[in-house]
Amino acid sequence: MIYRENGQFKTSYRSDQQIFPIAQDRWVMLALLLVAFVVVPLTASSYVFSAILIPVVILALAALGTNILIGYCGQISLGSGAFMAVGAYGAWNVIMRVPGMPLIGALLLGGVFAAIFGVLFGLPSLRVKGLYLAVTTLAAQFFADWMFYRVKWLTMDSPSISVTAPDVSVFGIALDSYASKYLFCLTLLVLLALACKNLVRSAIGREWMAIRDMDVAAAVIGIRPTYAKLTAFAVSSFIIGVAGALWGFFYLGSWEPAAFGLDMSLELLFMVIIGGLGSIMGNFIGAAFMVVLPILIRLGLPALGSVLGMQLGTAEAAHLELMLFGVLIVWFLIVEPHGLARLWSTGKQKLRLWPFPH
Amino acid sequence: MGFFLETLIGGLMTGVLYSLVALGFVLIYKASSVFNFAQGVMVLFAALAMARFSEWIPQWTGIESKVLANVLAFMVAAVLMLILAWLVERLALRHLVSQPEATLLMATIGIGFFLEGFGQSVFGSNVYNIDIGMPKDPLFVAQGLFEGGILIDSQELVAALIATLLVAALVLFFQKTSTGRALRAVADDHQAAQSVGIPLARMWVIVWFVAGLSALVAGMVWGSKLGVQFSISTLALRALPVVILGGLTSVPGAIVAGLIVGAGEKLSEIYLGPFVGGGIEVWFAYVLALLVLLVRPQGLFGEKIIDRV
Repeated sequence: MIYRENGQFKTSYRSDQQIFPIAQDRWVMLALLLVAFVVVPLTASSYVFSAILIPVVILALAALGTNILIGYCGQISLGSGAFMAVGAYGAWNVIMRVPGMPLIGALLLGGVFAAIFGVLFGLPSLRVKGLYLAVTTLAAQFFADWMFYRVKWLTMDSPSISVTAPDVSVFGIALDSYASKYLFCLTLLVLLALACKNLVRSAIGREWMAIRDMDVAAAVIGIRPTYAKLTAFAVSSFIIGVAGALWGFFYLGSWEPAAFGLDMSLELLFMVIIGGLGSIMGNFIGAAFMVVLPILIRLGLPALGSVLGMQLGTAEAAHLELMLFGVLIVWFLIVEPHGLARLWSTGKQKLRLWPFPH
Repeated sequence: MGFFLETLIGGLMTGVLYSLVALGFVLIYKASSVFNFAQGVMVLFAALAMARFSEWIPQWTGIESKVLANVLAFMVAAVLMLILAWLVERLALRHLVSQPEATLLMATIGIGFFLEGFGQSVFGSNVYNIDIGMPKDPLFVAQGLFEGGILIDSQELVAALIATLLVAALVLFFQKTSTGRALRAVADDHQAAQSVGIPLARMWVIVWFVAGLSALVAGMVWGSKLGVQFSISTLALRALPVVILGGLTSVPGAIVAGLIVGAGEKLSEIYLGPFVGGGIEVWFAYVLALLVLLVRPQGLFGEKIIDRV
């Protein structure tokens, strides 16, 4: 009843091609944005900011980039962590070496470095497909790990392995409180997500999807695989690079290459699959799920232990967490292989007819 | 020259172990198009089980003989791998038939997570020893040819021998037995194999079991060399480029590529490493695989896939 679209007539191509053609969707989206930008910063505690909100927002951005590559262009990549690392170290180098460099400039340059790196390691995708590609992207992962450990110039000869982000400000406003960091990341996320949404609706997005669905057929109808794949790698790693820089500057503060290791890549892949391949909305859900789930498990485990009458030490808890996590991954893939975003759209479909199922 | 040969031989012996782990990947991928990211954790799990049972069995049963305890532990670990194979098929793979490859890959990562947590909570997470009585003294050969001879780690020699035996056994199994033949049929074409009456589900269990066995042997050999600890599961990450280099579907490919990667890694570390800051062992294999794939996208021995619209 609530979600009814009859009576909403489209009288121009413009209104027919909107991102949210149905009025209710627009209102829900506006309300969500209002909550995210106004209500949340006013009410959240610093723990919620640092443990949930900031990581969710940044990881959603990284997942967005990963999804462009895997979900829209069909190039399985296990190297997302490396692109994040290049973005983070790139932005850090720029801001430390160039005096008076604005934060946004550094972030964008970090993204550009990541894009160049991504295109370089995307070159094999022109010859190699599927799982072969997944493993060759691991080359990017291990190469980046090694590079930031061994090439001293990149870390400015820092005596310890880790580098520390400087204090940053945007347009004269210092980003030192949790709320300001959150709002900055959220603004970037919304802008980039909007850009991506429009990108995947445009000609280039359709080319990516054609390559994903069947690259030979796409080539036959005149889509250039080289161009489509490399642009997907560039756009994707640009976004992942920006997310990596944010992750380093605003979440970690100081970091070393291990922070962007293979685990990060797997986590991003998991977010994308759980959230929904080829769905912008799915990235947000996937990132939120991946950040909140371990926290819930950690909170719930002591209770579980007392029910079972066991004393759970930290080691046992860590092992149990791994096990639960593994089971949940498999269970999720079995129950909803198309991701949580599919549940969302199924729900919408049902709501359109509710309360009359036929 | 003697030093070069020494490095080469050491590398080749490590390579045999890479081949062993790579074989596990190839077997599962051939039979079910599942890229088993959990293979490394399976090696860890099998090695943990073997190490702990060889310790526990004498305590429980009072068996004195070390050999007997090791054999029993090996058998118990093998049974565990069989149960694991059956559970994986029953609980996960069966429900994920005809999903895209990325989803299956994720599922094996999930299985890996579970096994990692489960193995360590059951068997503990310290460093354990497997003592299968390998000789520890280095051997010197060809002393007449080079000054000082070539030093060969006899432990590595035994390890390589065991691995070679297992590989030979696997090849025989695939070529000569009817189960092996059925497995090859499944690998070629699922539907065709099913339509001539080959039970697909049972074949998957067998293949996961065989992969589990090769994981057990690899874990046993590595574990007795370096001790059983978590880092053993990263062995699989070393074996991944081997699989890709050899071609995902090729058993001989896995073996040859393992030797190439093992030797190449050691040689490059010693002769190339000093120029670029060392530690290139970690990515050498990947970059090598990448370069080869640029020329031969199907790997050295993989099947050429012809796409039709």
